Amino acid sequence: MSIRNLIDITDLTVDEIDELIATAEDIIANPAKYQDACAHKQLATLFFEPSTRTRLSFESAMLALGGSVLGFSEAQSSSTAKGETVGDTIHTVSCYADIIAMRHPKEGAPYAAAQFSEVPIINAGDGGHNHPTQTLTDLLTIHREKGRLDNFTIGFCGDLKFGRTVHSLVNALSRQSGIKFVFISPDELKMPDYIKENVLDKNGLPYEETASLEEAMPALDILYMTRVQKERFFNEADYIRLKDTYVLDPEKLVPAKSDLCILHPLPRVNEITVSVDRDPRACYWKQVKNGKFIRMALIMKLLGIRV
Amino acid sequence: MNIDSIQNGVVLDHIQAGKGMDVYKYLRLDQLDCQVAIIKNARSGHMGKKDIIKIDSPMEVDLDVLGYIDSNITVNIIRDGVRVEKKHLKLPRKLVNIIHCKNPRCITVAEPQLDAIFLLSDEDKHTYRCAYCDTEKRRKL
Repeated sequence: MSIRNLIDITDLTVDEIDELIATAEDIIANPAKYQDACAHKQLATLFFEPSTRTRLSFESAMLALGGSVLGFSEAQSSSTAKGETVGDTIHTVSCYADIIAMRHPKEGAPYAAAQFSEVPIINAGDGGHNHPTQTLTDLLTIHREKGRLDNFTIGFCGDLKFGRTVHSLVNALSRQSGIKFVFISPDELKMPDYIKENVLDKNGLPYEETASLEEAMPALDILYMTRVQKERFFNEADYIRLKDTYVLDPEKLVPAKSDLCILHPLPRVNEITVSVDRDPRACYWKQVKNGKFIRMALIMKLLGIRV
Repeated sequence: MNIDSIQNGVVLDHIQAGKGMDVYKYLRLDQLDCQVAIIKNARSGHMGKKDIIKIDSPMEVDLDVLGYIDSNITVNIIRDGVRVEKKHLKLPRKLVNIIHCKNPRCITVAEPQLDAIFLLSDEDKHTYRCAYCDTEKRRKL
């Protein structure tokens, strides 16, 4: 059997994503059924870039499946600091682990890793490029909140240029029917042309671009907020100028739909005020929890384990 | 102007006029010891003007490189003074180590020993994307 990797969300078919969501729902309903599913299996979490949620949710997921974890949480504590290539690091780790989840600041590093690995590679974020397991988390959350993955209007707000979670989610939703996309960003952080041309235009999918969150708000069923990421800027002055372009607060939510679903991949800085957390439409803490369950389903799938 | 016919070698015909030197550079023909003739602005019934390259030595031409540069080029294989094969090109689906990504955030820039892989994304626009980071590259020629 050939190795299955998850580098880009389109590595999974729509049916496979549906299957993962169904498995995650079953895990939530019957956690005990899965507690030994990955006994004696090892997950390596290789994080060349900092992370709280993604790394811990992967580790928590593997532990909840009865498996074990090894790895590192910063490049400086690995041989990367000595100049080792991604390929050599992966070659080494694939001798010790059954599956690898990796985050790397360089775009395409997981694609490179997959060329050297003897075990499945999961992209846990590669620079500003892709973050497919966050997308699975987002899809599970939308499915749980809305009961469907089609026929809604979703607004993406903030850094749409370097927002890897946004790129992956747009890609995934482009395969569903009846989705309207609204891209809310300053000019400097607009959705890249390759997403608009190759994903949306190519499939005849409607989208709007605006700089005004207030104007877009009333039509939205889902609002996906993002952080302007300091680490993606070569020039700090640009970051400082753009970082607080959008701040979601209770006042801005007044014209929003009563069943709006507010998502954010986290971490947040200033883009959602803490006072919004009390709004029942805030779903980002549910997203965090869902991230563990969908990663449990994914690990099982890539290891070929069925319960 | 007379250019001797070649006995055993390769003739690259129907090169867009003015692009012969670019093809010469891409195929690294300067590294060959044999005679190489570049004919610029040759008359062509079909194209008006065209460039032609004659290589006086049997050699394997990288069809992916040529297809990427200009898929209208024809490759003629000459044996004993006779054309024995005429190859028509098409845009390759995948380019390996022919063009390189310029995105400073791409892993192939940080680790240049990795194969530079580009995949055809739009045949009409001759557009390729880096398989690692999705950066777009349009054919320059």
